[in-house]
Amino acid sequence: MIGRRDAIRLIGGGGLSIGLGACGFEPARPEPAGGRLRVAVAVSSTADTMDPARQTVVTDFCRCAMVYDGLTKLDERFLPQPALAEAIETADARDWSIRLRKGVRFHDGSPLTVADVVYSLRRHLDPAVGSKAKVFADQFASVRADGPDRVRIVLKTPNADLPTILGIQQFQIVRDGTRDFNKPVGTGPMRMLEYMPGVRSLAARYDDYWRGPVRLGECELFAIPDDSARINALLSGDVDLIHAINPRITRHLTGAGFELLESKSSGYTDLIARMDRAPGNNPDFIEGLKLLLDRETMRTAIFRGYATIANDQPIAPTNPYYDPSVPQRPFDPDRARFLFKRAGLAGARVPLVTSTAADKSDDMAVLIQDAARRAGLGLDIRRVPSDGYWTNSWMKVPLGFGNTNPRPTADIIFTQFFASNALWNESAWKNARFDRLLVAARGETDEARRKSLYGEMQHLVHDQAGIGIPLFISSIDAYSPRLKGLRPMPQGGLMGFDFAAHVWLEGK
Amino acid sequence: MTLSPLVSLIGRRVGASLVTLLFVSLAVFGIAQLMEGDVAEAILGQSATPEALAGLRAAMHLDQPAWERYLEWATGVLTGDPGRSLITGLPVWEMIAARLGNSLTLAGLTALVSVPLALLLGIVAAVKRGTAFDRTISIATIGIVSVPEFLIATLAVMLFAVTLRWLPALSSTRDVHSTWDLVRVFAMPVFSLACFVMAQMVRMTRAAVIDALDTSYAEAARLKGCSPARVVLRHALPNAIGPIANAIALSLSTLLGGVIVVEIIFNYPGVARLMVDAVATRDLPLVQTVAVIFCIAYLLLVTTADVVAILANPRLRHR
Repeated sequence: MIGRRDAIRLIGGGGLSIGLGACGFEPARPEPAGGRLRVAVAVSSTADTMDPARQTVVTDFCRCAMVYDGLTKLDERFLPQPALAEAIETADARDWSIRLRKGVRFHDGSPLTVADVVYSLRRHLDPAVGSKAKVFADQFASVRADGPDRVRIVLKTPNADLPTILGIQQFQIVRDGTRDFNKPVGTGPMRMLEYMPGVRSLAARYDDYWRGPVRLGECELFAIPDDSARINALLSGDVDLIHAINPRITRHLTGAGFELLESKSSGYTDLIARMDRAPGNNPDFIEGLKLLLDRETMRTAIFRGYATIANDQPIAPTNPYYDPSVPQRPFDPDRARFLFKRAGLAGARVPLVTSTAADKSDDMAVLIQDAARRAGLGLDIRRVPSDGYWTNSWMKVPLGFGNTNPRPTADIIFTQFFASNALWNESAWKNARFDRLLVAARGETDEARRKSLYGEMQHLVHDQAGIGIPLFISSIDAYSPRLKGLRPMPQGGLMGFDFAAHVWLEGK
Repeated sequence: MTLSPLVSLIGRRVGASLVTLLFVSLAVFGIAQLMEGDVAEAILGQSATPEALAGLRAAMHLDQPAWERYLEWATGVLTGDPGRSLITGLPVWEMIAARLGNSLTLAGLTALVSVPLALLLGIVAAVKRGTAFDRTISIATIGIVSVPEFLIATLAVMLFAVTLRWLPALSSTRDVHSTWDLVRVFAMPVFSLACFVMAQMVRMTRAAVIDALDTSYAEAARLKGCSPARVVLRHALPNAIGPIANAIALSLSTLLGGVIVVEIIFNYPGVARLMVDAVATRDLPLVQTVAVIFCIAYLLLVTTADVVAILANPRLRHR
């Protein structure tokens, strides 16, 4: 019989050789010039993609912003600045001519050509691509080369926002004919050295970048889904920058010597009452519901101040078309009680569906339920799982929540969420005047006139639509004091996901 | 002729395992059909319009009948190619290989630490039955098995990584450049997992050895003057190996698929997270292949435990 010790030695030897065989002892990579930045975000899975058309989550946005460029780039006021396009010209907002920047090279050395741009824009129309921007690309009547350095885009109907739309991340430029994005090649500030969906990515500075090389040497990006594990990784010095901080932990982080980046965004979680059925088909119920939103308490209790008071319409104060003349709706349960009574709903019980899929809707629902009780309306909170929420519950239940990321233009948010025929018309609100204003504003090239059109639309949504937008939610990131150059952008956290091109590391 | 019954037994076991595998893959495929939503909806998310969905489904051959897709996958697996992931387009085997290596490393190291320690503690507790040492072990194992491993792991990170800064908070095999790195990187995940798997092994070992020590042959050995160590190692332990091997196999079988919490907290890319990702995105070729791998690992461990039990027991061996 083999002695116990021998057996242990045997098992031990076998186990160890498996272990070493799998990981191997490679020599440590030296720290590159410019330093290696380690970033942990919250969500990553095998669904991560480097196909610009399909990018969906923060990992995708960050990685694609490193590797690719768009024709335009949106600045801190959501205004389009030239990027791979040197100039964009139109006379009628329908027929557009785009002049490409000269001397731009992809990471594999090949030059940027009009064929690349035409391919990158046209592929969104192919359903097999699964593009997230298909709804915008559907406006293209034709996209074709016009000489060696020009691309001509003709739209189906005029849209003065085309330069902004081309700045949407999904419209980033890839090489002509690219189908496999697992070894991504772009013109952006970083080259992808290693990309494993759901595990991590490692990108290095691209020295021939057309804007000139960036300061950062390398950037490693991965996700730590568990909140406390992500914060512990920052505290222990294993990462330098983390995304999606719970507002409750901010004081602890600043106390430990870390810096916070608050990005005031126009993203929101909204209360939705379907207006095509009871009780949402009664305007008194809608108005009463919106009076139940205690915005100040939500801001301080749920978001610890990391949010901006909103006013039941989706245009944030950071947007150039924001209309300050829309009166702020107060928190007024007494008036709501009167309205509910007039609607014949005093003492009624209505189910309210929440889910973690709609950020913080659980917490908001509790405050709304409490206010509703004071107004004589019973709300039964029903929590449903986040898996499948958007397919099974969102826009299907009479009273529920939605969640919207920042959109670059007023036209996009109104077209996608408020036009009568919008796919995501969350509250089934139909208003013919609004629809007419939307089309008029889209083709309007006179800025002052355009601003007044968008102003009236904000009034209409605020007064009538079946949605309550209590707050615009800020995104919070935390980082080590070694990291310099971060500043807030309205597109979202992590400098609108474009931090890698702007930051650098100092000291050790 | 001592081996031929064993060979036929193993033969029968392998046959039964193959049937089990077939059944498991069918069950996984069937259950996946019952889940709401498919991979096209998972890709498009909020932007799923009916036309976009139909287009994407056609491009991914999701419009074929379910049994056709299953057959395609099954014949692929039999010829050694389980196809490509519907989400990433990468070969399924390539996605699994690297992570399976990671998972096996973690499981191997955990087994390496926990099995000898559990055997030692269990045997000593059995020999010293009723003493303070025995009671301490009993209470500690019940205590540890009752604490969820995410708590143990998080507390360990806060103490050793955040406060003391001795160990990294994240475990990446990429940071392993020497044996010392290996110890540092794996110390906390292995510790968390070992706590979790050891408790059951210790208790089963203790119970099995106590049973064997209570038998008349163990008493006879004691009466003829054997040393206590000889009674335990030569007379009691061989007869207790069967149940112990089974307890070890059952505990270790959770180390591949059941360690999602530890993989998440230490950001360790193993197959458990791969499986969760695959289910969330309804990536069926990946789901089925990983499920089959979990099943194979489980069957291997359980069959090994049975064979060990038979080899250790002359009565079973000659039946």
